[in-house]
Amino acid sequence: MDGYYAFMLVATAFVLMMTVPALALFYGGMSRSKSVLNMMMMSYIAVAIVGILYVAVGWSMGFGGGGTFFHDPFDLFWLDGVTTDGYIGVMFQATFAIITVALISGAVADRMKFAAWVAFVPIWALVCYFPMAHMVFSCTDDSLICGRIGAQDYAGGTAVHINAGMAGLVLAVLIGKRIGFGKEALRPHNLTLTMLGAGLLWMGWYGFNVGSIVFGGATDEENTAQFFSETGRTFANTTLATMAAILGWLLIEYLMHRKATSLGAASGIVAGLVAITPACGAVDIEGAVAIGAVAGAVCAWAVGLKYRLGYDDSLDVVGVHLVGGIIGTVLIGVFSTSEGAGGIDGLLYGGGLGSLGDQALGALVAIAFSGVLTAVVGLAIKYTIGLRVSEEDEVEGIDFVAHGESAYDIHTSGGGGGTGVLAARTVPVTEGASA
Amino acid sequence: MKLVTAVIKPHKWEDVREALETFGVTGMTVSEVSGYGRQKGHTEVYRGAEYDIALVPKIRIEIVVDDNDAEDVVGIVVKTAQTGRIGDGKVWVSPVETVVRVRTGERDESAV
Repeated sequence: MDGYYAFMLVATAFVLMMTVPALALFYGGMSRSKSVLNMMMMSYIAVAIVGILYVAVGWSMGFGGGGTFFHDPFDLFWLDGVTTDGYIGVMFQATFAIITVALISGAVADRMKFAAWVAFVPIWALVCYFPMAHMVFSCTDDSLICGRIGAQDYAGGTAVHINAGMAGLVLAVLIGKRIGFGKEALRPHNLTLTMLGAGLLWMGWYGFNVGSIVFGGATDEENTAQFFSETGRTFANTTLATMAAILGWLLIEYLMHRKATSLGAASGIVAGLVAITPACGAVDIEGAVAIGAVAGAVCAWAVGLKYRLGYDDSLDVVGVHLVGGIIGTVLIGVFSTSEGAGGIDGLLYGGGLGSLGDQALGALVAIAFSGVLTAVVGLAIKYTIGLRVSEEDEVEGIDFVAHGESAYDIHTSGGGGGTGVLAARTVPVTEGASA
Repeated sequence: MKLVTAVIKPHKWEDVREALETFGVTGMTVSEVSGYGRQKGHTEVYRGAEYDIALVPKIRIEIVVDDNDAEDVVGIVVKTAQTGRIGDGKVWVSPVETVVRVRTGERDESAV
């Protein structure tokens, strides 16, 4: 299994790339030019804090042994008792913890005190993520979601996406709407960054999904055979679902607004990746296309909910990650096949309603767990440090207030964004051209 | 002397410049501006949220000409910048008291 270890080195680096720079670019492009650095810094600081905390107690809480909600944090404190050949597994899981926390930042763009975020990140990881990773990924017999409920989640539909999406919803409600929400045009300032970030997320996601293989064979030969067949399945499913989600999102967008947008394509990529994350091992390629298409279409509609329900989830952590995570987790109960990694037939393959019920219950437990505990953490910070910058600081721009920097030094003549037609006049200098 | 100011659609700027040069206009001041008239901006959609963008980009051209040329220059701008659709822009003419060429100090007609 030398190949597997080499593969995990690459997969782990890929998943780290999903946070820095991919998610930071994806979110940064969608924020306004006066707050893009703060948006990106929320991801970068999450990497540093969560990564070290993970080695201290995260691995022990998640994967140190038994427990319904989590394992003893001090059992493998600071990787005590873990040999270096196990480190890559620890690092792989650490990158999952990192991106889950960073995902939440999109809900509070432009307005969260940096100190409040720095406090929120480690506390939320301790209280919400490390336990959820244990309940879902360690899969000891007594672990709640995997062991007791028996819900399938290959790479983190519940632990990562429902968890982060629910936390984003709670935090967005606690911190309140951005000034001008629903009245002014709070437009993305640079969609090329967002397109680039979405593409890098897609690439990194192969590490995330394909790297999540867990071996069940008794011999090296059995495990090698599993490695070949299962990674092919998860790679293909991850790809096809994402493609279907782009089409699903753009179709709904075109039907509703008569335009297929670049932001829609970038968002469709992420919605498809989110939804196939829990399901990539359980379904066949037809199931992957179906899940991707449904996720793209439903998320395209769901991002509009915040305007009707009145919460300012600024960059749609709820509409994409919570909704996409629920779709992927629950649809396993429909499209799962016994040939897949979990060996369970879903509704469409004659397995009845059993799997669908387990999946729905798993999703509900994740929603409740993350919702309640994020509210406790969020309220504690709100009434001590305070969650939000002042109105003046928010209007002037959090980049300068929090970090003393501005992202861009651009001078435009005559105001406005500029069409470029005048600049174009200055470019082609050819022999004999008239003035 | 007159100052002719024209605010036109950006995609018409190259046509207008060519027509004015053919007529004999030797120089002009051009800037990218934004504003709105009766068309009241346009609509953009981001993740389902529609925004009315009140200000639309335009090109502003300023030319100082002899009194006799003012009507011709206005005519050329109107003819070349016209699409017949809403948002084509405006042209106006205002009197100019004095013009000085900075390089030589020449004044008025000889400075135009």
